[in-house]
Amino acid sequence: MPITITMPALSPTMTEGTLANWQMKEGDTVSSGDVLAEIETDKATMEVEAVDEGTLGKILVPGGTENVAVNTPIAILLEEGEDASALDGFDAGSAPEPATEESDEAPKKDADDGGKKKSADEAAKTSKQDAAPEAKGSSGPALVTKDGERIFSSPVARRIAANEGLDLKSIKGSGPHGRIIKADVEKALASGGAKAAAPEKAASAPAPAAATPPPEGNYEEIPLTSMRKTIARRLSEAKQTIPHFYLTIECELDNLLAMRKELNGRSDDYKISVNDFIIRASALALKKVPTANACWGGDKILQYKDFDVSVAVAIEGGLITPVVRKADQKGLAVISNEMKELATKAKAGKLMPEEYQGGCFSISNLGMFGIKEFSAVINPPQSAILAIGAGEQRPVVRDGALAMATMMSVTLSCDHRVIDGALGAELLKHFKGYIEEPLTMML
Amino acid sequence: MSETNFDLVVVGSGPGGYVAAIRAAQLGLKTAVIEREHLGGICLNWGCIPTKALLRTADIYNLIKHADEFGIKVEGATVDLKKTVDRSRKVAGQLSGGVKHLLKKNKITVIDGHGKLAGSGKVEVSKDGKVVSTVAAKHIILATGARARTLPGLEPDGKLIWTYKEALVPDVMPKKLLVVGSGAIGIEFASFFNALGSDVTVVEVMDRILPVEDAEISAFAEKSFKKQGMTIHKGTTVSELKKSGDKVTATFKDKKDKTSSDSFDRVILAVGIVGNVENIGLEGTKVKVEKTHVVVDEFSRTGEPGVYAIGDLTGPPWLAHKASHEGVICVEKIAGEKDVHPLNTSNIPGCTYCHPQVASVGMTEAAAKEKGYDIKVGRFSFIGNGKAIALGEAEGLIKTIFDAKTGEMLGAHMVGAEVTELIQGYGIAKTLETTEVELMHSIFPHPTLSEMMHESVLDAYGKVIHM
Repeated sequence: MPITITMPALSPTMTEGTLANWQMKEGDTVSSGDVLAEIETDKATMEVEAVDEGTLGKILVPGGTENVAVNTPIAILLEEGEDASALDGFDAGSAPEPATEESDEAPKKDADDGGKKKSADEAAKTSKQDAAPEAKGSSGPALVTKDGERIFSSPVARRIAANEGLDLKSIKGSGPHGRIIKADVEKALASGGAKAAAPEKAASAPAPAAATPPPEGNYEEIPLTSMRKTIARRLSEAKQTIPHFYLTIECELDNLLAMRKELNGRSDDYKISVNDFIIRASALALKKVPTANACWGGDKILQYKDFDVSVAVAIEGGLITPVVRKADQKGLAVISNEMKELATKAKAGKLMPEEYQGGCFSISNLGMFGIKEFSAVINPPQSAILAIGAGEQRPVVRDGALAMATMMSVTLSCDHRVIDGALGAELLKHFKGYIEEPLTMML
Repeated sequence: MSETNFDLVVVGSGPGGYVAAIRAAQLGLKTAVIEREHLGGICLNWGCIPTKALLRTADIYNLIKHADEFGIKVEGATVDLKKTVDRSRKVAGQLSGGVKHLLKKNKITVIDGHGKLAGSGKVEVSKDGKVVSTVAAKHIILATGARARTLPGLEPDGKLIWTYKEALVPDVMPKKLLVVGSGAIGIEFASFFNALGSDVTVVEVMDRILPVEDAEISAFAEKSFKKQGMTIHKGTTVSELKKSGDKVTATFKDKKDKTSSDSFDRVILAVGIVGNVENIGLEGTKVKVEKTHVVVDEFSRTGEPGVYAIGDLTGPPWLAHKASHEGVICVEKIAGEKDVHPLNTSNIPGCTYCHPQVASVGMTEAAAKEKGYDIKVGRFSFIGNGKAIALGEAEGLIKTIFDAKTGEMLGAHMVGAEVTELIQGYGIAKTLETTEVELMHSIFPHPTLSEMMHESVLDAYGKVIHM
């Protein structure tokens, strides 16, 4: 029997993606492990590999299709010995349904018996139409529609939420099938949820609701990529919901530069950058101040046991933050080589979700552009980001006299819900210690 | 008895108990019901149902009296009281048999006798005062109901001074009847006997009849009852009932302590109910009783682990549908069902089957104001409704109350023909938490009485069409 290939979920949170292109065409022989297609999510481009062997019988969703819901049938694979006639009467819709419960209102796909007799061609036609309602049903209580999200809620709950400027998305429904009822909204209001949620409302609809009309003039309209949408959404959310504060400290780099020169002179197997030192110094500083290695969890704080450091990497059309895991346990050479590989993959859009998700702490380095110092926006759900400025020779006062030193300004943006001023300062103190006495990093 | 170990034992088979037992059986609990008298309890046997059967006779008689208006000539129509009562008993019997069948179908063990808690997880069953068995259960639901309240000096004798029970099976049609209490029970009997020709006097201690209803509805109903020939004394108590021969002389005392007296053939006492908390083994348990009713939490749990109480035995409102719903919630919680929510008492409709009928759900206007709501009130009279006029039932009012801020329907109050069947529309609206907008957008079929429900909502927002 033909096998239905469905849109895979490339990360736990992925609900839809863009089927960027097909690497194979109808009639091609497919072996297990072959790359069938490339899928673009909000984070990266990923390859869909064949699990089964056979012949690519029918492509149901053409390359370049946006917003393809997870689990939508995208192609039909013919097994060995089957020819195209096996497609007749085969219903791609009988592919595994989304694991989540279908909501009452989501139309049951091919519920009528006639649907079973649909040819693959028809299935191809309907599969795209089905994609939207299926996405609706697959996300449990909230119906996802093309132009946003529908959230099951009672009219009174909606009215109160509207009156109070409360975002229903921030509320968990306690009614039947998770419906948000009056009591839920009142509870959220009573617990001060309104204040926290109100900015989120604005964040949820950033793109279409430009507050002021764009200025008249000669312009080109550039459609938003998935990545641009994600950056817009997440960083708006960050600036609007995370109470940022900033701490700046100056670090003298001369010892570090000397050590780097010596290390790099010893072998050609690695080429350690200042940034690699910064990654390790950050991880070690977090280890000294473990309470700062934490994320805001809404009603709790999650303190992480691994000291992971995310590093912002500028890529075509945006940026991404691959993670160096357990950087406190890795030597400079290991960190350096790992970072190079991650950056290469990032620039090629080939990072796997586990390579860019997680961590509580990021580094953003604009030193190479001569930026002296800047403040970075925290990357939610993380709670801190360290903005690295350029290392440059500056006059310093040493023992009451003017002297020259290579100095670097770093600015830590902290989520005040997790990290208080003194805690952030302590973290920076340790960071500065490691940078200025890089030998201590070897301990 | 072969089986003595159960997951759940329900003491009492009224609308709370038998519904709880059926739901428990559906959820796979091995269930038993202990009933000392009739399956179906007061509701089916001595309450809701037989009174409706009697009132049906009153309705038909009322129609016949007005048959001429509808172009029908009827002469010499009389009420056969015995036949009326027999029919009422037959209806009750049929439904009690229905409950028996339902319990059997759900494989619920029915134990004949009086159930009483007897230590942790045990219920003792006695018959004619003798212990006949003891059953064990992980969970015990007490659903023993309530009975008519009696006041000092106002004790029923079952002959001249009745409670609801005697009033349901009258041997004679009282020429002159006194009804003490103008709640749902009192008013229904007053309405029945008044329709069948008794000279009825109603005494109410509060300053209006049907005191739990909206004041406007009370006033409307009172006017209508008086028009039908009832005498109503408000703000009045009965200080003494003196029997002599076939008569009862009642002494009334008004708010200014002014006394008066009158003599009656029969008296019906309907001054509230008391919970049946006695002799069910509550002594020595952690079950708390307040004002003759068992104290329970939102899932009907008493202070004693494994012991629950539902229905009239617990707090108000004392209504069959509240008992049934409580029973279901209690059992689902016991069975560990997901998403079990406590009963929302503000969504429980109440119905009184007098003529004209009275029905309501949610807050009265006074209650809403007292709670500090800024309200919008809509009213629509039956006189503006085509179907009501065609039916010859142009007397009535539908009143709706909304929270001006949120559009939430806070309450709905009705008086008039068939309103007991209409109220559930607002009940659903309230349960779904609709605002005035959804109600305005709902299309009500024409011609129906239900159109008035629409118009009343429209009126609350200044958009009424047919007024």
